[in-house]
Amino acid sequence: MTAAAVEMQQYSVRFGEFQALQEVNLSLPQGAFVAIVGPNGAGKSTLLKALLGLERGSLRDGPTQVSGTVRVMGLPPRKVPPGWVGYVPQVKGFDRSFPALALEVVVSGLRRRWPFIITAQERKKAEAMLDKVGALALASRRLGRLSGGELQRVYLARSLIREPRLLLLDEPATGVDVVGEADLYRHLEAYQAERGATVLMITHDWEAAQHHASAVLVLNRRVVGYGPPEQVLCHECLSQAFGHVGHGHNLVLGGRS
Amino acid sequence: MMEALQLPFLQRALLAGLLVGGLASYLGVMVVQRRLSFLGDGLAHAAFAGVALGLLLHEEPLWVAIPFAVGVSLAITWVRERSNLGDDTAIGIFFAVSVALGVLFMSLRQGFAPDAVAYLFGSILTVTQTDLWVMGLIALGVALLAPVWSHWAYATFDRELALADRQPVLLYDYLLAGLIALVVVVSVKVVGIVLIAAFIVIPAATARLLSRTFSAMTVISVAIGVFSVIPGLAAAYLFDVPAGSAIVLVQALLFALALTLRR
Ligand SMILES: Nc1ncnc2c1ncn2[C@@H]1O[C@H](COP(=O)(O)OP(=O)(O)OP(=O)(O)O)[C@@H](O)[C@H]1O
Ligand SMILES: [Mg+2]
Repeated sequence: MTAAAVEMQQYSVRFGEFQALQEVNLSLPQGAFVAIVGPNGAGKSTLLKALLGLERGSLRDGPTQVSGTVRVMGLPPRKVPPGWVGYVPQVKGFDRSFPALALEVVVSGLRRRWPFIITAQERKKAEAMLDKVGALALASRRLGRLSGGELQRVYLARSLIREPRLLLLDEPATGVDVVGEADLYRHLEAYQAERGATVLMITHDWEAAQHHASAVLVLNRRVVGYGPPEQVLCHECLSQAFGHVGHGHNLVLGGRS
Repeated sequence: MMEALQLPFLQRALLAGLLVGGLASYLGVMVVQRRLSFLGDGLAHAAFAGVALGLLLHEEPLWVAIPFAVGVSLAITWVRERSNLGDDTAIGIFFAVSVALGVLFMSLRQGFAPDAVAYLFGSILTVTQTDLWVMGLIALGVALLAPVWSHWAYATFDRELALADRQPVLLYDYLLAGLIALVVVVSVKVVGIVLIAAFIVIPAATARLLSRTFSAMTVISVAIGVFSVIPGLAAAYLFDVPAGSAIVLVQALLFALALTLRR
């Protein structure tokens, strides 16, 4: 049997006094398309970062306490070859003033370093990937001058360029227009069909989750629900998830899987 | 002008200016893009405290100032990584402590200190063979570390992505901090404590205005850092003005030009 794409056991993260994730248990099979939904501050981004081995945050915010286990394709996150995992961070994360072209951002994903000079081969590969996500025209545009939706496409191309087996997307549809969103899901589904990759996507758009995801994970510090979209995205479980923000302890742990 | 170049002390001055100009403008690219411009000032004052301590102990000031400034720079980085006070505050605290120590060391020393003035405002003509050797060694070290540029640039662009790609970001931060401190200390004689920050910040800021990519910014910054030294020194020689001021004014002129020319 192949290892689960993502597995967590009694996994908790605590930033100082603040419990961001509490005793999360989950096992996501390889090849799944999982939408993660939950209110703001539910620990969704924290969960993705844990899968990247970045759960500790920066030392600036004080001590972080982590307990429980995480496995990504059977390995502790920091042992997973970086090429196996693609990541699109939440929009607010990056510095727009950095002088860079869209193409360089994609090549940086390929090299895992910042390119001083881009080789012809790298250029070809990066352009092909930009083309795939419908962003070839952006290749030599400046990063700081891209719109939110254009930026998301560039980051998507960046995350796909090493053909990862696990794709972690933190609100990739934020700021993307209707056509762009449809494009995004088309690219993701095509990529998944082609490579059998696992996709974990944080989203606030339940309708999209309903239509495109094979499973939905409802998170509010704890796992509130997990299962096929039509089961999990029912009114009652969502009011459970969203009705008690700030009182994570009162939540009933969703038992479905 | 040409016969002036036969004079050994002028040759040393020119070489020192070119080395320091290139080093400061190269590392300055990271400093400016990481919004640490104030770091140059902070470290210049740490160098001041180090020099004052060296003069007090009757040691060669360079040997005292180097460990002192490098220590302060690493300490600033340590505090920055560990608190969310903000970079300016972390630097400001060390800035103040350095000035306090520097003034204290100066006052402990008996009598007038004419040599201290040379350090404050720079005196490029007093650059010694030893100074040149130290500058040359640092330049060699930085050149050998050229591949680190890609790592610094990556973490400057997006620290989280660099960490997700298993880059030892913290290690490279300390390396950068240490190198900047070294460059600041060896720049003291060339530009003087009060003007070092300009050497680090102005060429990179000018290059930032003219560049679409980070590699272009780096190349242009170094070009400005190196080539502003030549007209600066020539002006200093011809009009008998301090070399540090002349070089910095040339850089400022280029900055103003870039500001009006950029698209
Ligand atoms: N490094 C950190 N230090 C301290 N607190 C943190 C840190 N990272 C996240 N938090 C806190 O943990 C909680 C969960 O954050 P997280 O970013 O995971 O939420 P999220 O579910 O992604 O929310 P959103 O929908 O707004 O993106 C938030 O209250 C946040 O303030
Ligand atoms: Mg988030």
